Amino acid sequence: MTESTYRIQGGTGEWEVVIGLEVHAQITTNAKLFSGASTEFGAEPNTQVSLVDAAMPGMLPVLNKECVRQAVRTGLAINAQINKYSRFDRKNYFYADLPQGYQISQLYHPIVGEGKIEISLDEKDPDAHGKTIGVERIHIEQDAGKLMHDQHPTMSYVDLNRCGVALMEIVSMPDMTSPKEAAAYVRKLRSVLRYVGSCDGNMEQGSMRADVNVSVRKPGDELGTRTETKNVNSLRYIQQVIEYEAQRQVDVIESGGDIVQETRLFDPDKNETRSMRSKEDAHDYRYFPDPDLLPLELEDDYIFDCKASLPELPDEKRARYKNVLGLSAYNAAVLTAEHETAIWFEELLETTDEPEKIASSAANWLTSELFGALNKMGLSIEKSPVSPQQAAELLGLIADGTISGKIAKQVFEIMLETGDGATKIVEEKGLKQESDTGAIEKVIADVMAANEDKVAQYRGGKDKLFGFFVGQTMKAMQGKANPQVVNELLKKTLGDAG
Amino acid sequence: MSVDKETVKKIASLSRIAVTEAEADALVPELNNILGWVEQLSEVDCSNVEPMTAVIPNKLRLRDDVVTDGNVRDKVLANAPVADHGFFAVPKVIE
Repeated sequence: MTESTYRIQGGTGEWEVVIGLEVHAQITTNAKLFSGASTEFGAEPNTQVSLVDAAMPGMLPVLNKECVRQAVRTGLAINAQINKYSRFDRKNYFYADLPQGYQISQLYHPIVGEGKIEISLDEKDPDAHGKTIGVERIHIEQDAGKLMHDQHPTMSYVDLNRCGVALMEIVSMPDMTSPKEAAAYVRKLRSVLRYVGSCDGNMEQGSMRADVNVSVRKPGDELGTRTETKNVNSLRYIQQVIEYEAQRQVDVIESGGDIVQETRLFDPDKNETRSMRSKEDAHDYRYFPDPDLLPLELEDDYIFDCKASLPELPDEKRARYKNVLGLSAYNAAVLTAEHETAIWFEELLETTDEPEKIASSAANWLTSELFGALNKMGLSIEKSPVSPQQAAELLGLIADGTISGKIAKQVFEIMLETGDGATKIVEEKGLKQESDTGAIEKVIADVMAANEDKVAQYRGGKDKLFGFFVGQTMKAMQGKANPQVVNELLKKTLGDAG
Repeated sequence: MSVDKETVKKIASLSRIAVTEAEADALVPELNNILGWVEQLSEVDCSNVEPMTAVIPNKLRLRDDVVTDGNVRDKVLANAPVADHGFFAVPKVIE
């Protein structure tokens, strides 16, 4: 579905919504941003904490070079300015999940400057409903620890395993005007991060989460005062937050109130946002340059190497699938949205010297048959029981007429169950398609002899019966007849004496 | 630049330092003395001088992305006033 304008209908007329997102993406690394402790998810509490992460006195941060490299590669992937000079600042606040009493971040000199992301509101026809969303900056910062409130009646438990893990904060321009645009932006950003390999994009595990900035205004007016809803961790929630906040703000303004610039929290159970009063002072962070860390300076050669290490990105890939491989816009979009799907598809194409010839049929098969089967089994494409090479073998049998598309479905099911190759299955089960006209003509003659009344009806003008004859013929041949040949022969034979 | 009593109390609160009224009164002139002393630096025109980040010429050192630390839970929790089941336990903080 597409909608060019999303509006809130208020008592005083239509309101426009303005949305900006700050996405926190955990950088995929082995060790933390400033310490040598592991970043692996799900470990025993406080086992992946060094004395640096626990902020013991005298500990010094040492920057992990992989975090720098991944942030630069991410910046290059969204055509952003890479700042050869960047610096780390301390953002001071007190909270139980932050033993340092400050977060090391980059306020004044972020590593990545302005870039942009192309989004689409229509998966089926991505070019027709595109929009460019500006990215203001990307900076590197530390994640905080985790608090658990439900383990003890009067105490909160603190686990610092996540404390000090590297994040990229990706700050968009206030360029989005509907919940759908915001979701499309996050979806696309996630896809780019996963192609680049800088973040696994796992929103359930919190590897990616968004702070959602929302304001409303009458069309054409100046920007309104915004609120910021923190730590929203799913595409659905992001949209719910925007819908709720926009409506709430319109209601407040229309009943004579003012919007207060504040931090809010989303409650998914009640589907509402509420003010975080504890953060009233929170914007008084008293930033200053971290004296423990020197400025980060990058060379041109380094940036060039980062650029060279990027894979073909989703936009380029989608264009190539469409223009070079001749795929439909829809298939090109679906196959490139996830990097793993594109890799699987390309491995399939690599089995032939002329990929353009099989690309379309392979794409159709992949998006219907394979996706259907994987969905049913609850598997991702990397875990597919059928390999791209096995799929190529199956598609080859359809292409050269050895089996029909219908039989191919049966063969595919057996492949999924047994892991056997298509050729072997077709031979063992005797599923080879019959294209021999003599054999088919003989069956057709039998079918017509057994159904003389229907033959007469057909010849009398009841065209719909054609399907009946096709069905009977196929049935008599256990579905192995080449359907094209059956059609041609039936038309000829039934039409003859007509 | 100078601070008044309100500012002193606010900064104390942001820093989680308990300051009595009397202490706040005493801190106002004390902090203003320090600020005035530091402010003398602005008499020097350094508009064309790059900010210095280190006294000796030095480059930021980077670390390889290798796990070299962790698994020291006992040490990490050693100074915690209360620890339970491997967690720090703190008075309940909830939104």
